[in-house]
Amino acid sequence: MTGAALTMRRPVSATRAIAASVPLTTLVSLAFVAIVLAWAVAPGVFTSFDPAVGVPEDKFLAPSAEHLFGTDQLGRDQFARVLFGTQSSVLSALVAVAIGVVVGGVIGLIAGYFGSWPDVALARLVDVLLAIPSFLLAVVIVSSLGFQTINAAIATGVSAVAVFARVMRSEVIKTRRAVFVEASTLQGGSRAHILFRHILPNASRSILTLAVLQFGLSILVIAGLAFLGYGDPPPASDWGLLISSGKDYPRAPWLLVFPAAITIATVLAINRISRWLRKTS
Amino acid sequence: MVDSTHPDLLRVEGLTVAYGRNDVVFDAAFGLRRGESLAIIGESGSGKSTIARSILRLLPEGAKARGSVQFQGAETLSLPERRFRPLRGREIGFVPQDPGNALNPVRKIGNQAHAAAALVEPRDSRLRRALILDTFERVGLRDPQRAYDSYPHQLSGGMLQRVLIGLAVIPAPKLIVADEPTSALDVTIQKRILDLLSELQTDRGIGLLLVTHDLAIAAERTDRIVVLKDGRVQDAGATAAVFTEPSSDYTVRLRDDAPALNPDRYSAVRGIRRPDLTARPRIEVSDLTKTFHVDGRAHTAVDRVSFSVAAGTTHALVGESGSGKTTALRLLLGLEEADEGTIRIDGESIAGRSLSEVRDIRRHLQLVYQNPFTSLDPSWRVGAIVREPLDRYGVGARRDRAALVASTLAAVGLSPAHAKRRPSELSGGQRQRVAIARALVLEPEVIVFDEPTSALDVSVQSEIVQILLHLQAERGLTYLFVSHDLALVRQVADSVSVLHAGVVVESGPAERVLNDPHHDYTRGLLAAVPRPETRVETRVVAHGEALAATSVETRVETSVDTQVHAPVDAEPLARTI
Repeated sequence: MTGAALTMRRPVSATRAIAASVPLTTLVSLAFVAIVLAWAVAPGVFTSFDPAVGVPEDKFLAPSAEHLFGTDQLGRDQFARVLFGTQSSVLSALVAVAIGVVVGGVIGLIAGYFGSWPDVALARLVDVLLAIPSFLLAVVIVSSLGFQTINAAIATGVSAVAVFARVMRSEVIKTRRAVFVEASTLQGGSRAHILFRHILPNASRSILTLAVLQFGLSILVIAGLAFLGYGDPPPASDWGLLISSGKDYPRAPWLLVFPAAITIATVLAINRISRWLRKTS
Repeated sequence: MVDSTHPDLLRVEGLTVAYGRNDVVFDAAFGLRRGESLAIIGESGSGKSTIARSILRLLPEGAKARGSVQFQGAETLSLPERRFRPLRGREIGFVPQDPGNALNPVRKIGNQAHAAAALVEPRDSRLRRALILDTFERVGLRDPQRAYDSYPHQLSGGMLQRVLIGLAVIPAPKLIVADEPTSALDVTIQKRILDLLSELQTDRGIGLLLVTHDLAIAAERTDRIVVLKDGRVQDAGATAAVFTEPSSDYTVRLRDDAPALNPDRYSAVRGIRRPDLTARPRIEVSDLTKTFHVDGRAHTAVDRVSFSVAAGTTHALVGESGSGKTTALRLLLGLEEADEGTIRIDGESIAGRSLSEVRDIRRHLQLVYQNPFTSLDPSWRVGAIVREPLDRYGVGARRDRAALVASTLAAVGLSPAHAKRRPSELSGGQRQRVAIARALVLEPEVIVFDEPTSALDVSVQSEIVQILLHLQAERGLTYLFVSHDLALVRQVADSVSVLHAGVVVESGPAERVLNDPHHDYTRGLLAAVPRPETRVETRVVAHGEALAATSVETRVETSVDTQVHAPVDAEPLARTI
């Protein structure tokens, strides 16, 4: 009984405990994501190698103290390539999430707040977006816009619009019926005031959690698109592109393993943060 | 082990319960003899449900109970779960608080009753079925077969609570633990459920442990009382003794705060008011009608309702759930559009106004909601919440508004420090004060209250009522007070309209309506107010759900109320309402 009392608390006090202290895995995740973001902002600070310049006699060197992730077929430092690839991989994922949040959020807000025919019309649009597999949709969009990482980001963002629109709509509908919204009407609040000061802040809580989750997913999708060649062409060093070219050299597994490990670790860390946000909000 | 002849049915000694490292019940001790009833009284967070759950050994994971709980002379707290399980249900029955959540919504009631019947012989399912139907009939379900074949959502709250009592009674337990069995129910239904529990206790000798927040109910219904505050027993003993000579300050306060026991509590502050009764009424509502169409069927929620409220007075709309009182006030506030009828505020009709004109009228007509946990935006700070109406209506200069917010918060008894907090950091009573401050800050002439204290503890309720009446005396406010609690209405209202099924069945000055009700429905409501002093005489055994449906019952209640007509007896009875 005593042991049980120590390990299993009541649900209420458990939530309080989480709110008071962040769990260790989340702290590690936050630290890792912070490092990745730092790579994205200032990759040059973390390495002295140039990701584009190779030293031919140093090709296919195994990981060492000098070359943390080894070198590739042209003798370029793989760690530097991962670092400089972070920018387009991570920042394009941010662009994708921003497109999803803004466009999806507006669609959901309009559909949820006004109801009636705008809701019906937008719901059909969202249904169409949901009916097409998001990766396929992204491939189609990149094909028509051109093979660039930024286009891959736009494509990923568009394919995420439906998810954000759905969540936003249901949150807005829930909040719109809340008693405090009606109270604001009685206190003379205009529609715009209620929409932007009451409904939006309350609805955006779950959007935040979803956005973080979608951020991790977008990194994966963009890496996938880059892997298939839908991103910037070489010598760019998107994570997906690194994995793609690494797979051609089975005798130098570090070329494949390190970019893949960094991608996976980033996505897992972001997922962990998203779960923590959902529990605490 | 279990000795069925032991004089003490239940004995609790030195019971201490901890959730994790926090103790929530400290050294509780009381006893219950065979066939007796005992009330555990306390406010939310006092640990009363925790004690009930310790007796049933239904504490949540991680809670730890120490001390001694003896059932029929045998220690149960230290029993292994395997050996306690035969007692739970068979010997100790449990009636939960919220009948809406206590039954499985996807299984028929009969099916769930068989689970309770499985605790006892006979093993034959036909006999069990007969036992279930018989029990259902005994707990006052008029059509046991229909209840047996229904899903929980097909029955009303009162019927569900009867089903739950039936389920507890089927195995013929020696003790029933009822955890606030009526707090989710209307007052007349509450009375019937309590009658049923009292009947089971006296006729079948079942010990009753009633957990309640209502001192009046406890005093009316039980032989012994345990008063609990913050997990500590404040008072314990025979009901009459605790009730007349409480030994703790807390019990005194609880007794003073219970509306049913102190009808004249606020007469001093109400006496300060000098309403001008000759002037035109501030609110005039006449022939208000509103029909809702649900699934193609018309439902008249409010049917030709008329009332008027003099400036500076309090008018109460009284009725049970579904009586149309909330619809009536939503029509008044313009949140719903009336089908027919006129509403005049200060002589000006609201109907047919443009949106901006309605907005101007609303400035002088504010609402305080029932539940302060939902009526305040959780993402705003208190200061911003109270300031919002000022900003929206553009009242005063921008720089003066902060001072106005501070003074309004002070008027409802909150400090400036509260302005920086969010609603989730405040208690229920504090939140309702914020809601009142928000209504007050515009300096409206009329404030409408939709059951403003029903979500709050009784001592908090009395603080809120005190504030409201002081504000009324100071500022000459006009209140429209919607409530189902006649005892509270009696304390605060000058005039009353009683609503039943959308129709005003009785209206007039509060004194007259509450002392000399003319309509059966009003009498039924009044009879449902607990009356400790008349406990022995007034216990009317009621069957069925609908009020005044059985003529016998109506006659009995009428005969009780005829005492009121006799001038000599009127006073003591009336005072307890």
